[in-house]
Amino acid sequence: MIRIENLSKSFFDENNTVKALKNINLQINKGEIFGIIGLSGAGKSTLIRCLNRLEEPTEGSIYIQGEDITKFDKNRLRDLRKDIGMIFQHFNLFSQKTVYKNIAFPLELEGLPRDQIEKRVDTLLEYVELKDKKYSYPSQLSGGQKQRIAIARALANNPKILLSDEGTSALDPKTTKSILELLRSTRDRFGITIVLITHQMEVIKDICDRVAIMEDGEIIEVNTVEELFKHPKTKTAYEFISRVKSDITEEIIEPNSFKGTVIRLGYSGENAKMPVVSRMIKEFDIEANILSGDINRLLKTSVGHLILELQGKDEEIQKAIKFLIDNNVKVEVM
Amino acid sequence: MAELIIPALLETIYMVFFSTVFSLVLGFPLGVLLVITEKNGIWEKKQLNRILNGIINVLRSFPFIILMILLFPLSRLIVGKTIGTTAAIVPLAIAAAPFVARVIESSLKEIDKGVIESSLAMGCTVSQIIFKVLIPESLPSLILGITTTIINLIGYSAMAGAIGGGGLGDVAIRYGLYRFQTDVMVIAVAVIIVLVQGIQFIGNILSNNINRK
Repeated sequence: MIRIENLSKSFFDENNTVKALKNINLQINKGEIFGIIGLSGAGKSTLIRCLNRLEEPTEGSIYIQGEDITKFDKNRLRDLRKDIGMIFQHFNLFSQKTVYKNIAFPLELEGLPRDQIEKRVDTLLEYVELKDKKYSYPSQLSGGQKQRIAIARALANNPKILLSDEGTSALDPKTTKSILELLRSTRDRFGITIVLITHQMEVIKDICDRVAIMEDGEIIEVNTVEELFKHPKTKTAYEFISRVKSDITEEIIEPNSFKGTVIRLGYSGENAKMPVVSRMIKEFDIEANILSGDINRLLKTSVGHLILELQGKDEEIQKAIKFLIDNNVKVEVM
Repeated sequence: MAELIIPALLETIYMVFFSTVFSLVLGFPLGVLLVITEKNGIWEKKQLNRILNGIINVLRSFPFIILMILLFPLSRLIVGKTIGTTAAIVPLAIAAAPFVARVIESSLKEIDKGVIESSLAMGCTVSQIIFKVLIPESLPSLILGITTTIINLIGYSAMAGAIGGGGLGDVAIRYGLYRFQTDVMVIAVAVIIVLVQGIQFIGNILSNNINRK
């Protein structure tokens, strides 16, 4: 669907050159949700803008459905852009136009007759579940609603590709989930290819099939999301996943599927270095099975958690838990 | 008194109305050009932008009275005479045009770059962006800018009165200043104040009423 070959982009100032993209090679498949993650300044925003040539590449080729779009003239470029929807971090809706007029905008550019436009806008509004906002103005909408309208507008021309430039970065976690859900269902329903850039690993984890990691204008790793979490190849990848990993392991552990009592120990500072758990095992007649654990170093102290399954007599388990609490370990029965 | 003030008021309104219209005709496209040709504009033309900026700055540096005198020959060419309210419209419109260009420029620049970027991403042409995005999105601000222009032109038209342009400024100077009829001057100035207040009031209301931001 999209094939990027040896793509480079440099910004020229009066006296220095900034290489924003260095020899990028990437293949994105049809119907895929492809994520590009990186810290700010990594070049991901420049890269996604090259896909519809909001940024002009300095070198290299971008093939979309087999055609090198870097060779397109102005007219073909405009046609291409109508085939690629795009949403943005700050939504970029027209503040002086109603929701209806915003979504109708790309259709009016096409010169469609009024009744067809109205029908299409209604369908789209229904799809993003904001039918009642048809005559509202963007300033009357919440962030999540604005992004839904922006998605409807981006889908108006039935594009084959949807680009999302930090589309959820300005939203709270709950709204982010619902927008990601909408993007996923858009892919599932219309078979559209989605390319998104983000600095949030949660976004990658939640909806992406594959991911590219960018650093200093280069793609340093391309992986399926599953493989990335299991075996990250680069340090940057590891750092990105470690930010969300602890949440994930806890999601995976289902306390009811264990025979024993599952407890979560939280420790910080000095007690992280003490062999509290091994002493507990020696002192009480119980078996402890380690399910997951994690320690993060913060400046001078360590914080972390350990999830254990305790097997044995109830009263022994209760005593063991009390022992842990007495040793300043936070215990939570899951 | 009334027979002095009312015709003068009508002359002022006549001068201001037409000079506003013509200064917009000249200045509006200039303002749009300034915005689209600047660095990273949607029709980047650095050289043209530099030239336009130069011309506008030079024209705006001229004291209005001097510009008016310099433009007398042009008035003769266009309206056939150099004295009178109609003749004054030519220098008024030309003097206000660079001001209008700057007012329009600053209004259009208020639009979020992201909105323009998303229009480009939807496949807009340059003219579609100008007419369907830039102008409609900045309309409330444009109305305030045009209001400022009208008020400026009321001030200019009073000066034009001093060199034979007629209107309220002319009455205030001829009767009030030269003939020591202070009451005429006070009333002429009071009428100008009411005019300015009224126009600003209407401009504010219009701008607020159409603004959806």
